[in-house]
Amino acid sequence: MLTTRIIPCLDVHRGRVVRGQQFSADKDAGDPIELAVRYNEQSADELVYYDITASAEERGIFQDLVERTADQLFIPLTVGGGIRTPQDMRRMLQAGADKVSINTAAVDNPNLINAGAEGFGSQCTVLSMDVKRVPQADGTIKWHVFTHGGRRQTDGEAVPWAVEGVARGAGEIVVNSIDADGTLAGYDLELLAAVCAAVDVPVVASGGGGTLDHLFDALDKGHAHAVLAASIFHYEHFTVRDVKEYLAAKGIPMRLS
Amino acid sequence: MIAIIDYGAGNLRSVSRAVALYTQDYVVTQDPADVERAAAVILPGVGAAGDTIRGLERHGMTELVKETIASGKPYFGICMGLQVLLTESEEDGGTPCLDIYPGTVRRFPKGLTVPHMGWNQVRQAQAHPMFAGVPDEAYFYFVHSYYTDPDDATLTAGATDYGVTFPSVLAHENVFATQFHPEKSAAMGLRLYANFVAWATGVKSRVQSGAHTEP
Repeated sequence: MLTTRIIPCLDVHRGRVVRGQQFSADKDAGDPIELAVRYNEQSADELVYYDITASAEERGIFQDLVERTADQLFIPLTVGGGIRTPQDMRRMLQAGADKVSINTAAVDNPNLINAGAEGFGSQCTVLSMDVKRVPQADGTIKWHVFTHGGRRQTDGEAVPWAVEGVARGAGEIVVNSIDADGTLAGYDLELLAAVCAAVDVPVVASGGGGTLDHLFDALDKGHAHAVLAASIFHYEHFTVRDVKEYLAAKGIPMRLS
Repeated sequence: MIAIIDYGAGNLRSVSRAVALYTQDYVVTQDPADVERAAAVILPGVGAAGDTIRGLERHGMTELVKETIASGKPYFGICMGLQVLLTESEEDGGTPCLDIYPGTVRRFPKGLTVPHMGWNQVRQAQAHPMFAGVPDEAYFYFVHSYYTDPDDATLTAGATDYGVTFPSVLAHENVFATQFHPEKSAAMGLRLYANFVAWATGVKSRVQSGAHTEP
C-alpha cells in the first residue's frame, strides 16, 4: 500500500536552519546537514530545503548546501525559495535536488510551471502556494494566494490557482497556510480538503503542524497525501519516528522501516 | 566496469553515488564505446518516454541497449530504464519503445492521484539474487504516472498495488528492472545497488553472507 509521506522541512537562512514564526526568521535551529541526516535515520520519507532569504549572494551558499546534503542522502530532496527561472530550476536539479518548488515566480509568470514540466518533468515541478483567509467586503472569506514569503496579497484564489497549476504541468501542490505558519495552531483543514477535491495530483499540507493531532487531521480531515512540518521536529518535541508510530496507530499507512 | 548510461535526461548523481558506495569501477557515459566494453549496464531515467527514446537515439544508444540485453551482460533498468523495454508506451500520444518484451506501458486509470508518488511495497514474485537481503514487501520510493503491462506475466519479479496491481520489477535472465528508484529508497534501495555490483563483478554478495552493513 502507498504510505503517506512525512516530510521534515528545513527553512534555511545563511546556511543555518531557522524556525519560521509567521514567516519571519528568528530562532536558530541547527545545522541543515546534521538535521537532514538525523531525519533520514528516523525514516523521513522526503526532505525539503527552503531558502527563506534567497538574495543573490546567499543563493550560492544555498546551492552548495544542497549539493553537500544530496551527497549524503538517498531519499528525495525538494528545494524551494527564490527559484525564478528555468535556469534556477536546472541549477538546483544539477546540485542534486529531485524536485523544485516554485511559488512567487509562478504567480508572476505562470509559464514557469509549463517550462519546468516540459523541461524537467512534472514529477519534479512542485507548485507551492502561501494562502491566507481574507475577509471580503460582503462578509465572506476567501483563500487568497500571497507571494514574497507571505508578505504580498494577490487577487488569485487558492483553489483555481491549484487547478491552473496542475493544468500547466505541476506534479504536486504544496498548500502552506499562512494563518497557521509557525504558530503551531494547526493546518487549515477546509482549505486542504478544497484543494484536494479540485486536483488529481498529490497535495502536501504545510504550515502549522504543532501537535500529532494536527498532523493526523491534515491527513484525515484535510485529505492531504503528505504532511510537511518543521518546528515539531527541530526541537525534538517529536522524532519523525514518534510521529509515524502515532499516525500508524490511528490507521494512516506509514513506512516504519 | 559498470556503465551508467547518460542520455541527457537529467541528473545521474544519486545513481552514481549509490554505485560508488560498492565499487569504483564504473563510468557515467554518453559514449557507446564505454557501454560496449562494460561488463554490466545501468539505464536510469526520469521523465517522459518520448524524451527517453529520443535521448537514447541521439546518443546512438538504442541498438546498443538491445545488444547489451541480448549479450547476457547484467542490465539494471530504473524507471524509464524499465519502461523502454516494452513494445510501446501510451505516453505522449503513443511512443514506440525498444520492444524487447511485448507489452504496453499504460497510464494509471482516472480517479487515482497521479503521479503515484511516495513509498510503496514490493511483493516479490520470484526469487532473484538482486533481492538478497531485501525482505518481501519492503518499501521503495516511486514516482511515475505510467506502469508496465507486459504480455508475459512470468516476467514479473515484484508486484505493487496502486489502484491496479502492476509489475514494479521485471526480471528475465540478465535483466532486472525496477519501476521505483532504488537510489531514492534509503537502505533497501542501496541493497539493490550492492547486489547489482556483486552480480556485475561476479562475486558472491556480502549481503547474502550476512556480513554487509549499510554505510
